[in-house]
Amino acid sequence: MIQFQYVKPSKPKAAIDTVAKDQSAVFIAGGTNLVDLMKRGVMNPEKLVDINKLPLRKIERENGNVRIGALALNGAVAEDKLVLEKHPLLAQALNAGASAQLRNMATVGGNMMQRVRCPYFYDTAMPCNKREPGTGCGALEGYNRMHAIFGHSDKCIAVNPSDMNVALVALDAVVLVSGPKGDRKIPFAEFHRLPGDTPQIHTNLQQGELIMAVDVPENPYTKNVNYLKIRDRNSYAFALVSVAAALDLDGSTIKSARLAMGGVAHKPWRLNEAEQFLAGKPATEATFRQAAQLAMRGAKAFEHNKFKLTLGPNTIVQALKNASGVA
Amino acid sequence: MDRVDGRLKVTGAAKYSAEYELPNMAHAVLVGSTIAKGSIKSLDTKRAENAPGVLAVLHYQNAPKVPGYAQAAHPTEPKPVGQPLQLFIDNQIHFNDHPIAVVVADTLERAMYAAKLVKAQYNEEKHATDFNRNTAKAFLPTAAKRNPKHPLGDYVRGKEDAYKIEPLKIESEYVIPTEFHNPMELQSIIAHWEAADKLTVYDKTQAVMGTQNAFAKDWKIPVENVKVIATFVGGAFGNGLHTWPHETAAIMAAKKVNRPVKLMLTREQMFTMVGYRPHAWQKVGMSATKDGKITAITHEAIGQTSSYEEFTESTLQQTRMMYTSPNVTTRYRILPLDVSTPIWMRGPGEATGAFALESALDEMAFVLGMDPLEFRLINHTDKDPEKNLPWSTKYLKEAMQMGAERIGWSKRQLKPGMVKNGEWLVGYGMGVGTFGANRGRAKVKATLHKDGTLVMQSATTDIGPGTGTAMVQIAAQNLGLPPEKIVFELGSSLYPPSPSQGGSATVATVGSAVHAACQALKQRLTSMVAGNADTSFKGATVENLTFKDGYVSMTASPSARLSFADILKQQNLPELEVTEESTPDASLRQKYSMYSYSVHFAEVQVHPLTGQIKVTNMVSCADAGTIINAKTAGNQMVGGAVGGIGMALTEGAVMDHRFGRYVTKDLAEYHVPVHADAPNISSLFVNKPDLINNPNGTKGIGEIAIIGVAPAIANAIFNATGKRIRELPITPDKLI
Repeated sequence: MIQFQYVKPSKPKAAIDTVAKDQSAVFIAGGTNLVDLMKRGVMNPEKLVDINKLPLRKIERENGNVRIGALALNGAVAEDKLVLEKHPLLAQALNAGASAQLRNMATVGGNMMQRVRCPYFYDTAMPCNKREPGTGCGALEGYNRMHAIFGHSDKCIAVNPSDMNVALVALDAVVLVSGPKGDRKIPFAEFHRLPGDTPQIHTNLQQGELIMAVDVPENPYTKNVNYLKIRDRNSYAFALVSVAAALDLDGSTIKSARLAMGGVAHKPWRLNEAEQFLAGKPATEATFRQAAQLAMRGAKAFEHNKFKLTLGPNTIVQALKNASGVA
Repeated sequence: MDRVDGRLKVTGAAKYSAEYELPNMAHAVLVGSTIAKGSIKSLDTKRAENAPGVLAVLHYQNAPKVPGYAQAAHPTEPKPVGQPLQLFIDNQIHFNDHPIAVVVADTLERAMYAAKLVKAQYNEEKHATDFNRNTAKAFLPTAAKRNPKHPLGDYVRGKEDAYKIEPLKIESEYVIPTEFHNPMELQSIIAHWEAADKLTVYDKTQAVMGTQNAFAKDWKIPVENVKVIATFVGGAFGNGLHTWPHETAAIMAAKKVNRPVKLMLTREQMFTMVGYRPHAWQKVGMSATKDGKITAITHEAIGQTSSYEEFTESTLQQTRMMYTSPNVTTRYRILPLDVSTPIWMRGPGEATGAFALESALDEMAFVLGMDPLEFRLINHTDKDPEKNLPWSTKYLKEAMQMGAERIGWSKRQLKPGMVKNGEWLVGYGMGVGTFGANRGRAKVKATLHKDGTLVMQSATTDIGPGTGTAMVQIAAQNLGLPPEKIVFELGSSLYPPSPSQGGSATVATVGSAVHAACQALKQRLTSMVAGNADTSFKGATVENLTFKDGYVSMTASPSARLSFADILKQQNLPELEVTEESTPDASLRQKYSMYSYSVHFAEVQVHPLTGQIKVTNMVSCADAGTIINAKTAGNQMVGGAVGGIGMALTEGAVMDHRFGRYVTKDLAEYHVPVHADAPNISSLFVNKPDLINNPNGTKGIGEIAIIGVAPAIANAIFNATGKRIRELPITPDKLI
């Protein structure tokens, strides 16, 4: 049997110290991804630090933010009154993910930390630079239908599989982190990484740093929002492409917009240029189409995911239509 | 009537093969190759052998010899399906994940860990796994080569390929990917050598007798020395129809360590070890007159098989008998690849063939500007045009009418894209299914106890359709005994023989034996009461008696009435036992052609911008003879429809041909449909008996429930969008 140690500290500091000191230790919360990876031999931690006893489950208003504890369950966040009132986009994104059973186990912090779903990463008999640096990217010239069209490198073309992350990056969330060197805040857009030459490093967290909470600043995007996920089956499937769209409308004029995509890059993909374009424009399908075209600049597809070059902009247009109510 | 085992199943009391615990039981884990073709150069098992708790690591160099393996009937010829891969006989690798070792340990966790420590070096050879690049290697199955009249042989009625010279025609190619059964219950076995020549297996199988015979032959022991227990089977859809290498691995391991051994496949191994619906290419050419009479059909198919076994299925059968066409040509080929062998999967062959044939019907109707239902009615045939025989029964037209009304077929527009719901395009489609109304030979033992209860036994299985429930109902109706007083025991080789649960034949086969057993019991009871000292039953015959609620009475004078229990008491009998065998009348099968029929109607909505597909309504109608139990029969139809939704929209295995290895091998990546994909599905039955087929009037349901569903959905998508997708599954990217 593969032996590993298991500890369950009740103070964040103890948890952080344990992982900071031990390169082979990892935090475990819901375990919905880590346990699978351990069963398959993809991740082989020697120590699991279970953080479920830490007091990190609260969802509260804090200084102009909705502060969501790292251990808040995905299902609980999606149904939380405050979240539904202030950030309905986040609730929609959460409900689009996984299945009800998984959402009731998975935590917000764990969702941010989930690994890619690339089949080459999961199968230890196949090459994967992320799992085993230097073995090559299996997907690059292999089966890459689910893979990235933005920000990929020749070392890795996998995508971040989370729905929640797409909404959080669109909403300018900030990750509150505590570590051996103290506390720090990481803007959500800088939390995940592009693969570059080091796809094995999947976030900018340092060893021992623990996600404590995520702050989602209160904003005007409480009404005209839509999370649209296109997938191969209608539940329990990862996105072919997904779009988080949020509009602040003044009549039929767009005051400001937030827009991000999932299923297209190694990190949740914020569409800044398209957002800027939309500001001040009329909320019409023609405007949305132009924004979508801007958003797709620089996209590069592979053998099996060329459809994303069409499905991507179409989904942006449709999400904006749904958000704005423009038929 | 509710399922007799429903409560056991929902409360977890039903025991499946992996749930048995035997004293001193060890656990085995199979290790598979990581190359698709070649040979093992070296096998390092030292670390695994030295791992804690490991009892043995078996492989081609040290595994116990299977004595029956030596007897391959025709060593130079490819093996027909049913002779599975011979395990650990040499170092050859025939497919990726080919079993190369089995690790046995005292606990499952230790066996799993040690399995990861087995390392192999290979002499790799170039493999061929890509169907599309190898179609030139397809060949006529050996059975058809030997006998051109074989059903797998080329078939020509009228003129060969007559559609080619006709003015109004279509010609299209269709592809279905490899699909996996993925029953909820993983394949598992516990093998227990109770003596050197006595084997008991608790096995997930659809074939109690088949499994018993196969292992008796393998291990050269008397058939009666092999006991097979399969009390409950958690779905199978065909992959339990013959024996597989993992079963032999467990039996070998049990022999080697001299302990009972449990082996359960992982979900990943379910993609390589227990068969699948093979990838298939098809081409249909069809011509018709302007007024809608089909003049010719040519249907060709190539199905995938392995390099070491010839798997065939009846992909083209329905094309020969479904429509009136005077000219029909079919050609079937198989293509061996470096993959594991396929196996029948629900609606085997026919479900594949129907996707092409019923899509082509829709395409032809569109060319003619004709409603596809009307087109099918015009070409409906009242006799079997292949065998030139009358049907035993055929109520397909009635089924079509029921379904068309229920789905609201009149809302369908001939021109695609005309019906909308907001932004969504709405479409309607239909597809017909047929499958032979099979019936085999079975034996049932029925014991009437002195407390008035009846216990019946037969070695069939229940993989989910509700076999036990149906048998209880047949007995209740035939014997006149309340169903709660009847038990039907199955899933054990100790019971009288029944064939495998496959080919939609169980109710017709075993139900006929139940019928016969009830008739025999009635005869015996009649003789008993007729001979009574009390003369109130004088002159009693089965015909002039009424059997009802556990009582026998003279129909003409009902006051003469005795309970079954009292009759036995009067005779001083603790029980009354009969064993009856039922065999179909071969002469009737020469006089009549017997098929079940289904017709499926689908309503879909497609989003024009995003390609999202919603099946919003489905109606499946069947002509399946008498319906014994509306609930379980309805479950079958709904389950088949959901399977068909999977076939049409979500299921398909993907292989990376550089490695010859699947990249979709868990339930997250291989998409079986979920509740969110399935609408409310109505199932309707014509419910008219086929008494030529069997005395209960039944015809099979399991296969026709899925056959024709996929084309119904594909046709509805065409009607919604004008896009004809000929390669399954139809995913959103294909519709944008």
